[in-house]
Amino acid sequence: MTQDEIRAAFLDELVNVAPDIDPMTVAVDDHLQDDLELDSMDILNLVTALHTRFGVDVAEAEYGQIATLASAVPFIAERLG
Amino acid sequence: MGIFAMPSLGADMEDGTLVEWMIAQGDLVSRGDVVAVVETQKGAIEIECFEAGEVSELLASVGQVVPVGAPLALIGAGDAPKPELVAAPVPRAAPKPPDVSPPPAPDVRVVGAVSPIPGPSLAEETRATPAARARASELTIDLDGIKGTGPDGVIVLGDIDRARETEGAAARPTPSPPTDPKAEMRKAIAAAIARSKRTIPHFYLSQTIDIQSAMNRLADLNAKRAPTDRLLFGAMVLRAAALAARACPTLNGHYEGDIFRPAPEVHAGLAIALRGGGLVAPAVMRADALGLDETMAAMRDLVSRARAGRLRGSEMTAGTITVSSLGDSGAEAMGGVIFPPQVALVGVGAPQVRPWVVDGQVEPRHVITVTLAADHRVNDGRQASRFLAAFETHLTSPECP
Repeated sequence: MTQDEIRAAFLDELVNVAPDIDPMTVAVDDHLQDDLELDSMDILNLVTALHTRFGVDVAEAEYGQIATLASAVPFIAERLG
Repeated sequence: MGIFAMPSLGADMEDGTLVEWMIAQGDLVSRGDVVAVVETQKGAIEIECFEAGEVSELLASVGQVVPVGAPLALIGAGDAPKPELVAAPVPRAAPKPPDVSPPPAPDVRVVGAVSPIPGPSLAEETRATPAARARASELTIDLDGIKGTGPDGVIVLGDIDRARETEGAAARPTPSPPTDPKAEMRKAIAAAIARSKRTIPHFYLSQTIDIQSAMNRLADLNAKRAPTDRLLFGAMVLRAAALAARACPTLNGHYEGDIFRPAPEVHAGLAIALRGGGLVAPAVMRADALGLDETMAAMRDLVSRARAGRLRGSEMTAGTITVSSLGDSGAEAMGGVIFPPQVALVGVGAPQVRPWVVDGQVEPRHVITVTLAADHRVNDGRQASRFLAAFETHLTSPECP
């Protein structure tokens, strides 16, 4: 999976969790909680969706790694190997 | 014959728009079945049926604005006469939520000082073609003053245009139709909190609680779990509040008509911020009987349905106490506004790291400040203090999780 594909899939799942977000307007450094206003339930739902989609289990201690597109895409890419 | 009426889904609801029938004439329904979807200021709500039997007749049609208490359908067999659809005062009997005791009074608005404003009865409603209604709404012309020239006196498009030309007597402005659901929800929230603050003498007690051990246990537990099975700290808070409410009956129930009725079960309202603005507080039913995993599952379900606009009527009215949390980050304390007809609200600030004395040593620990807003008509500081102590015990108990 290329980084572009991961990025598209991540945005896809993000919009499923928070349908009011326009994926075109999400900047690479937008923080899921501080900028996009996801709450802890949204983050858990996103982590669950990423687990289902990529088979990547993001541990609670690693939630910071997926807080922005800029950090999430390489993190998932690395986990996918 | 049972009359299935438009329920009151909140202290300030006056009417709702029927957006979907999920039953048809001749269908068999049971108590608790979702039979219709109603659009309110707080979004679309699924409403349940409190009768069992065969649907004899649907009395309201999709798109119709129906006042609280006005008949929607006739369900079940019996001797009661068919309701007279006349302009008499609208029956105010809201159906009882299933298995909720004590049963709510027929009108939850008794808490407020404002008397209910009955809307037009069904028979009063002016008959007009959809095109005529749309044009009248666009021109803010009241259909009531117009004489219809269509079949059986139905108002047709031409009648609206003539009324506009005539002006004056026949046509009078009506409020513009609601256009912004967010603004409508804000109005509903404003009305509800203004009523709460006007009628409920609030008082507040706070307690700061060391949650470090509870957070550590939760993190250990979640580390062994797949994302679908993970727990949120919010579930621990909701459960601790439900168990504390069970132990403090004067804080758990409804105050209606100058009488407080304690509830034998705890239906824990959960304040949920909707993305894009707005707030709803549906209840986790029988929250005091749920384990932590069940509480989490119920919260997940409730939050996802709140966001999708698929809450049920009973969930909107059954809450016996409400929990409102600021979440992971933000201010350290919140004194909230009680959700009538309830008598208490648990406000939970965001966790903070603070110097704390543990076994005689000062350590950095995660703490939360919990502020109980309570109705002074029913409670004094002693009961509120007991609630906070019980809440801390349940939240920090090594069995949780």
